[in-house]
Amino acid sequence: MKDHSEHGEHNGAHQDDFVGKYIFSVDHKVIGLQYLFTSMFFLLFGFTLVLLMRWQLAYPGTRIPLIGSLLPLSLAPGGVMLPSFYNSLGAMHGTIMVFLGIVPLGVGAFGNYVLPLQIGAPDMAFPRMNMMSYWSYLPGGCLMLLSFFLPGGAAQSGWTSYPPLSVINPGQTTWLIAMVFLITSSLLGSINFIVTTLNMRAQGMTLWRMPVFVWAQFVTAILLLLAFPPLEAASILQLMDRVAGTSFYIPANLVVGGKLLDHTGGGQPLLWQHLFWFLAHPEVYVLILPAMGIVAEIIANNTRKPLFGYKEIVGAMIFLGGMSFVVWAHHMFLSGMTPALSNFFLVTTMIISVPSVALLTCLVFSLHGGSIRFTVPMLFALAFLPMFGIGGLTGLPLGMPVTDIYLHDTYYVIGHFHYVVVTGTIIALMGGTYFWFPKWFGRRMSEGWGKFHFWTTLLCMNGVFMPMFIMGMAGASRRLYDPTAQLHNLTTQPMNVVSTISAILLMTAQIPFLVNFFYSIFHGEKCDSNPWHVTTLDWACPSPPPHGNFAKPPRVYRGPYEYSLPGAKADWIPQDVKEAA
Amino acid sequence: MSTATMEHAPVESTGIPNGKLGTWLFLASEVMLFATLFTSYIVLRVAAPSWPRGWDVLNVPLATLNTFILITSSVTIVMAHAKVLEKDKAGFRRYMFFTLLLSFGFLIVKSFEYASKFQHHHYPATSIFYAIYFTTTGLHGIHVIGGILFNAGLMIWGAGDGWEDPLFAGRVEYAGLYWHFVDIVWIFLFPALYLL
Amino acid sequence: MSDHKAHSEAAHVKIYMMVFGALMVLTIVTVLVSYLHLPPALGILIGLAIATTKASLVATFFMHLKWERRLIYGLLGLTVFFMIVLFAVPIVDNHGLKPNIIHYDQPAAEEAHH
Repeated sequence: MKDHSEHGEHNGAHQDDFVGKYIFSVDHKVIGLQYLFTSMFFLLFGFTLVLLMRWQLAYPGTRIPLIGSLLPLSLAPGGVMLPSFYNSLGAMHGTIMVFLGIVPLGVGAFGNYVLPLQIGAPDMAFPRMNMMSYWSYLPGGCLMLLSFFLPGGAAQSGWTSYPPLSVINPGQTTWLIAMVFLITSSLLGSINFIVTTLNMRAQGMTLWRMPVFVWAQFVTAILLLLAFPPLEAASILQLMDRVAGTSFYIPANLVVGGKLLDHTGGGQPLLWQHLFWFLAHPEVYVLILPAMGIVAEIIANNTRKPLFGYKEIVGAMIFLGGMSFVVWAHHMFLSGMTPALSNFFLVTTMIISVPSVALLTCLVFSLHGGSIRFTVPMLFALAFLPMFGIGGLTGLPLGMPVTDIYLHDTYYVIGHFHYVVVTGTIIALMGGTYFWFPKWFGRRMSEGWGKFHFWTTLLCMNGVFMPMFIMGMAGASRRLYDPTAQLHNLTTQPMNVVSTISAILLMTAQIPFLVNFFYSIFHGEKCDSNPWHVTTLDWACPSPPPHGNFAKPPRVYRGPYEYSLPGAKADWIPQDVKEAA
Repeated sequence: MSTATMEHAPVESTGIPNGKLGTWLFLASEVMLFATLFTSYIVLRVAAPSWPRGWDVLNVPLATLNTFILITSSVTIVMAHAKVLEKDKAGFRRYMFFTLLLSFGFLIVKSFEYASKFQHHHYPATSIFYAIYFTTTGLHGIHVIGGILFNAGLMIWGAGDGWEDPLFAGRVEYAGLYWHFVDIVWIFLFPALYLL
Repeated sequence: MSDHKAHSEAAHVKIYMMVFGALMVLTIVTVLVSYLHLPPALGILIGLAIATTKASLVATFFMHLKWERRLIYGLLGLTVFFMIVLFAVPIVDNHGLKPNIIHYDQPAAEEAHH
């Protein structure tokens, strides 16, 4: 493998064998697709876990249909799930959806595939490290799944893993080790994304000509880089508590089940909470930022006009990213921490709502005066706007201690964050899938089935989560195995049934989507390299792009959203076109 | 093994080489990692009813020796990089060898310390003080081992194809950056645990 | 570019040796100060000051930060800012909670504090 210094050659990595090309590929597009398929699997798995939970919530103490008889005695004797299994499902649903599903999809799949293309780069800055990133994610994910089958079962202390419970509960050690794999994967990826964005933009692609999607991924990568290490350190401390008998988080004289715990004590459970949420709050912005980037791209393309407030959108993303590091303890208003801190975090949390609103407003204003094409991606992008609005607005009472005292740990919280992540991020990711599918596979998905998928999914998602606001305000506790154990829940119990039925229908509605997706990969209608007439560079190369992406390095002459330029013949001018035709 | 990278049309770039920027980003994340450990140490120590003074329970002379060792190894590794830039292959090998020798020295001294603690039945579980001591120095030690592996790898690569590779000098520099960071962590860890 | 760097590296070697000397001296100083068994607050202040000086020398000269570009300073500045936040909040929290912490081996210390 000698020196190749010509255009189009690639990092010495001539991968001619199957393993080199498809398994341990260093091509960002292959890695992106690996992330895509793997994360889709984990999303479906996490969804299945919560369907089991939803059955228990709607019909507590009854036999789970179909698979109830398949579950072992240790989890669900007689097909009725045990409380410990319910807790495992809850902890693993959250963990899998966040760390194995959404982030790998939004960042690992979309980010990896699209970012280098949008900046006109031949690949990521560190292709081999990119490959290691995926191959750290996959073992971590498999270990998480494997934990169900290990003695003691899967983790059951919530995805939040609060000690002392998490130190004494089974399944947590595997969770912690798997998290180390996942955090490593994230770290390697974030370094790659930042260096690529800063150092590998095509000539003419100044920072202010980058698409919003790239900015979103860039800010996300910075959040991941600086926020994950505290959780890594905190996890090591918790691992030490479990495995080496230390007491980082264990207070003295703790009695569990009538017995004094065999730890010397001197630790603080609150310390874990601070360190965990230091990561977990920026993490939720990691969940939403790529989605916002996707929605921005789809809206610009399907309104045939530039985005409203491009610089304001980017500024809001940067400000949001920075603020995200100083709001975390709004998750801890009821933890018993110093009340003075509650005031500080109340102020920062109220401040952080401003850039979110600014962003959403710019996206909504982008519709004004547009020639809107109601393509399937656009339907999803449009739905994102009010749905994220609901999610964001319902967060406000949670961000203020006075109202959070009532709402904390109720179903209201679950409703809030699922609105942001499911009707927000997942809707955006679905839209992004329809949007970039032609780029990834050179074929189109069925528009008809896409529309069916959209309407059924949107309806069912709202059916699952809207009742939760009401249930929460009526006092229904979250993480409760049997909702009817709280007498005041009996009034709102029918809402649990509505949620469950909606959830089952939601899963069913994904079947035509999955069939559409996989069928279209092989038999979808073939299309040219830019069927949507998108201005950004990712569509200026073949669909799918070859190794090295661009035949010759692109030269950028204009901004990312030059649609309907006054005086131009066509309603779109690609970024790499010099003269307005 | 060649690291032939693509020379292509001019790009919009920061002017900082990819590897250097990547290394500094990695170090930023490592700062957050060790900062978390220091935060935990401070919080747990301040909340404790009593806390032993470092010089009463830990081996200050050994740790001082280790501090000298690590500082010297920082000098040798920066000299190794200087030799690469001067195209002095033997000089590079010499200084990198000393760096590795000193690194192993650090670990050997550390293992004497740990062994002595274990002999007196002081383990991480013994008290919150020892939990902090073993965990922070242990994680630092793991970082030392990581540095040893990378530096040894560079020595081996430099003995072969690496010396002519255009990326070699940069990678020696990045190894140095990492190593200096490991030194800086110890510069704070030493007084924090042993001298206070 | 590497020629230019090699030339300036020779000048740098002298600086490295001076920094090496300074680091050794500061190490000896910090150990000697510890033998004074100063009260914790003063000991921490002096120890931290010396450690920060040593770390700054390593970062500025060995890590070449003196001659580095602004972007790296920006990255480090951002990191240090977040690091300070990470330190400050749990410490402030801990301080505020101190009256409420019950030490089982020192029951006399748990005076009610309302």
